[in-house]
Amino acid sequence: MKNLMQSFAVLFGKDPVKAEQSAMTKRTIAEHQRKTEIRGRELSLHIKAERKKKFNSPQKWRRKRWISIIVVNLLFVLSYRLDLQLVEGALTASRFVGFHMADLNSALQITLAFKQIVINLVIGVVTVFIVWWLLGGRTFCSWICPYHLLSEWAELIHLKLSPKFSWIKHHDFDRKARAVLWLVFAVLAYVTGYTVYETISPTGILSRALVYGPSVILLWVVALLVFEVFYSRRFWCRYACPIGLTYGLVGATAPLKIKHDLRKCFNDGACRKVCLVPHVLHSTKKGAAVKLNTELGADCTRCGRCIDVCPTGALSFKFKVGK
Amino acid sequence: MSKTTRRNFLRTMIAASGLVAVSLLGYIPIVKGWVKRLRPPGALLEKDFLASCIKCGQCVQVCPVEAIKITDIDDGFGVGIPFIEPRLQACDFSCDGLQCVLACPTGALTHHINYPHQARMATAVLARPDKCLAMHGKGFKGLARGADFEGTLRYDEIDRWNPLPVAEHEYDLEICDLCVRQCPIEIRIAQCDAGNPPAGDPNQCPPEHAIQLVPTGDGKFTPEIMAGCVGCGVCEMICPTEPGVIVMDESGRGVMA
Repeated sequence: MKNLMQSFAVLFGKDPVKAEQSAMTKRTIAEHQRKTEIRGRELSLHIKAERKKKFNSPQKWRRKRWISIIVVNLLFVLSYRLDLQLVEGALTASRFVGFHMADLNSALQITLAFKQIVINLVIGVVTVFIVWWLLGGRTFCSWICPYHLLSEWAELIHLKLSPKFSWIKHHDFDRKARAVLWLVFAVLAYVTGYTVYETISPTGILSRALVYGPSVILLWVVALLVFEVFYSRRFWCRYACPIGLTYGLVGATAPLKIKHDLRKCFNDGACRKVCLVPHVLHSTKKGAAVKLNTELGADCTRCGRCIDVCPTGALSFKFKVGK
Repeated sequence: MSKTTRRNFLRTMIAASGLVAVSLLGYIPIVKGWVKRLRPPGALLEKDFLASCIKCGQCVQVCPVEAIKITDIDDGFGVGIPFIEPRLQACDFSCDGLQCVLACPTGALTHHINYPHQARMATAVLARPDKCLAMHGKGFKGLARGADFEGTLRYDEIDRWNPLPVAEHEYDLEICDLCVRQCPIEIRIAQCDAGNPPAGDPNQCPPEHAIQLVPTGDGKFTPEIMAGCVGCGVCEMICPTEPGVIVMDESGRGVMA
């Protein structure tokens, strides 16, 4: 329960705090102690030795994920264009072989704006809720959302350009912004009676543009991407997107998680450098893990980037219902 | 507060309020009433329609005449919402069963209507009566909208199941009555009067007339819009004058939530 509350707090923008030793088990303390004894050249030999054991390709999960995003969005397009009728609609709401699916954040927006519970939507919302609870909430972000893919490419461009031009620098924002924006857009929907957030949602805009053809409002998505390339990498997904927060809440207790194994971790930090939400990897910092096995928090998008880059195989997917 | 945290905080405030401000720009077209749109059948009153549409476009996908399109940035909060441009392609109800209504996951196109005659999309209005051929006592011969026109209509007598291009259908009329002749409501009334209601379902029979030609003497006629008009826009599409005589007036139309 305490872990869950902490996971929520971090999801809402709080920085993770380093736990006292009193909160750790004896074996965890011993493991931390063991790590402090390995230093310098010996440490790098250790990491190298572990790296040899690991046969994952450093792009394995990213490749799978990119294929997933492209295939899912292509299915939407082909269902309409070629009349395949597999997933009709767009990411905001659809029918998957006839079954209603509704994006949770879009459903929330129209419920607040319309001020009526739409019975037809209940089925779609419940279905989607169960799916993303099982698979881990923000898994939607990194495995389905088309903006996520573009944003990853924008990040790659940013990383290419920033060493060459001194004026292209990454700027951090306060992560609490996302929780505030989530609330503001919920209130705006209720007060104005319009689904205000949907006007600027890059997920909805892109999904509709893919299925129904390009539109001028795509320029807004381009503007966001330009902002991410030149000013703040992954800005939208990290600091702004209310959809991400909604799914983060849904997947907080999901069976599918990424697990950090302290015994294999040498605090190399490679995972935190590539992670969209590095605060969920707090336990990979030196002396920070409270347990030998830590499940990453609710903000984790299960993108698997950390698993890809971890030189010692300390991170892995895990699917387990209950404790 | 250190200098970096203060900067970080300021930057966050500016970015967050910027995002909210950009999203609220969508209010302007609504308040100014920049755009008036003909919505698909069953659409709730405009305010409720904008509130309840989840912007998925499933109605677009099922329309057999591809009458429904998706709005763009100039509609503000209304972006991504379905509309119909009747002069280009009207809703001719060739699906009979109101497929768009059935496809709508939120009831923004309300499931309270089951038949074409129950729709209230707009009212047809004689915007340019001076152009009307019938009012000048003239007939019409040829293609209603020219050879390049891409719109389609269901011509029951030729093909019950597939809409056909208007550009493939020649007319030869002594008095131009295209707006009455192609009116989906009038067609249904005629079928019902002949004992052949659409799909054999008497519920498909419209209770009221939508449009008729009223003689005004000297072999001239005036199209009169009647209470049964649902505002589907077929008369606007088929009118052979350029620009067309009839337009849809959607103000105040729609179904109560």
